[in-house]
Amino acid sequence: MSLRTPLSRVRGLGASRGGTEHFWRQRLTAVANIPLLAFFVIFVIAYNGADYETLTGALGNPIVAAIMGLVIISGLIHMRIGMQVIVEDYIHEEFAKLAILMLNTFFTLIIGALCLFAVIKLGFGG
Amino acid sequence: MAEVSKSRPISPHLTIYRFKPTMWMSIVHRITGGALYFGTILMAWWLVATASGEESFNTMNAVYGSIVGQIVLFGYTWALLHHMMGGIRHLVWDTIHAIEKEQSTRLAQATLVASVCLTLLVWIIGYIVR
Repeated sequence: MSLRTPLSRVRGLGASRGGTEHFWRQRLTAVANIPLLAFFVIFVIAYNGADYETLTGALGNPIVAAIMGLVIISGLIHMRIGMQVIVEDYIHEEFAKLAILMLNTFFTLIIGALCLFAVIKLGFGG
Repeated sequence: MAEVSKSRPISPHLTIYRFKPTMWMSIVHRITGGALYFGTILMAWWLVATASGEESFNTMNAVYGSIVGQIVLFGYTWALLHHMMGGIRHLVWDTIHAIEKEQSTRLAQATLVASVCLTLLVWIIGYIVR
């Protein structure tokens, strides 16, 4: 016999209220990251040593700019969850843990803001 | 709470086991993930410097093109590809495949071989097309 209420069971979120969302999002971004970061690596190989005009021209291509944006978004979501797991595994002091988890979010958003603004600016032609 | 848990018996941790390829790859997966976390700063600088104009682009390019820069980027490439190979391994495990002892050990070894080979391939091609 389950002690869970029917509503709780149908929501399927469990005691943490987050259910498997965290787990699922890590898998979702992991799968997305495979082609996205493969594209990123190939792009960097193709344009390594390229001069300013060539690189800005390449990043000005709408498709390249859009994919770069997705690389950043998917990569950063994956990275933030991963670091959260590491922090939760090793930092047990409550205040320090919360502070570092906040820093994790701030770091992710700062990197995201910088990268996305740069990609959009380059996408619109520098 | 912290005082109480100190005197409690704890479950055996890493130090008590004989190391196996799967253990090494698990640890390396986490370390490469952590390295890639801070490695995003390199990506941010690459994009921001390029978006900021030719002068800052040239500064960034000179740093990344230097010996130290190339070594760091080589390490970054390996960390990325190794984490990717390790991630694919985890996705395979998620489908309940290759979790037997022999298979998982072989898969762990394959992860390392694949990441080293791919990294070398990427850099060889990189230098050829440069």
